[in-house]
Amino acid sequence: MVDVAEAVAGAPPGVGPPVVPDFQIVPVRGLPLVGAAIIGLVVAIAGDWKWALDFFHVVGGGMWTGIDLFVGFIIGPILGRLSLQARVEFSTRFMPKMLLLMPTLVTMTLAAGWQLARKLGNLNAGYGRHGWLVGSYIVVGVMAVIAIGLLEPANLAVLFELKKPKPDPELIGRLMKRFIYTAGITGAMQVATLVIMTRIAT
Amino acid sequence: MSTVAAPATTRKLPPVAELAVLTIALTVVGGVYMASHLPKHFSLAFPIADVVVCAALVATNVVLLARVRPFAWRTFFLVGKWALAAYAVISGMLVYAFARDHTPAGPMTVLALMLVIWAVDIPTLLAFSVARYAAP
Repeated sequence: MVDVAEAVAGAPPGVGPPVVPDFQIVPVRGLPLVGAAIIGLVVAIAGDWKWALDFFHVVGGGMWTGIDLFVGFIIGPILGRLSLQARVEFSTRFMPKMLLLMPTLVTMTLAAGWQLARKLGNLNAGYGRHGWLVGSYIVVGVMAVIAIGLLEPANLAVLFELKKPKPDPELIGRLMKRFIYTAGITGAMQVATLVIMTRIAT
Repeated sequence: MSTVAAPATTRKLPPVAELAVLTIALTVVGGVYMASHLPKHFSLAFPIADVVVCAALVATNVVLLARVRPFAWRTFFLVGKWALAAYAVISGMLVYAFARDHTPAGPMTVLALMLVIWAVDIPTLLAFSVARYAAP
């Protein structure tokens, strides 16, 4: 952790190394919740339990879509206008939680959604809205490439940089810009998911 | 080859991240192709070709990465092992779901190979993204 006195002595706000609060890159206390969600999902799939599959797909998908939209269009632009110090304080509390939450929600949504579609016969090419379903695969695929290939590496790199004794403000700024832009893109793509899913459900 | 490291943020490194993202994109294309045809029978020519290209990209990436000197290998393996553990859980869930659906052996094998590629490629990408900025 950077010494507060060292960071602020004689420096105007926003100049000098940021003061980094102590934080865990992976919040260990959240792991039992992730484990419980995964076990619940396995039970739902094993039991071919329609309500539970629906629950995991709707809850996971709703939260995934909502969080992506909120982060992309509300949090992202606000974060971009904050001082580096404020961004650091926000990120050390926000990003570790996202590191656990988002992969769990994505796994819940996709695994339960696939099983649900199979159970309802929606996977068959003869299903009237099969084209929409394939469209949803493509949207999810593009989001996966952006999230896993660009957003998640930036998120992790920021957290590890913040753990250094002297974090590089320029590097953090650059990586956070990438995080904000990619969050905006996935947020915009979630609008397409909403259109597709409501078409399938109608 | 010089063994003196440039500052972590300005160092010229091989395109490991770019190749890893390309691999993710190609496996997604193969995965979407297969998912859009399941559960009926379909030709596996395209997905197999896709897996071969992705495997070649992963192998190229491993070779490129292994030649980087000096590199923060400790940080790389620290991130890599935990990322591998996380993706093993996610991949395991997907394999379980497909096996539960009695997916035919051919597509199941190709899907499993794609997930193996992910299990190597994604931890490599995440570990490289962190280790590239760490002191060797």
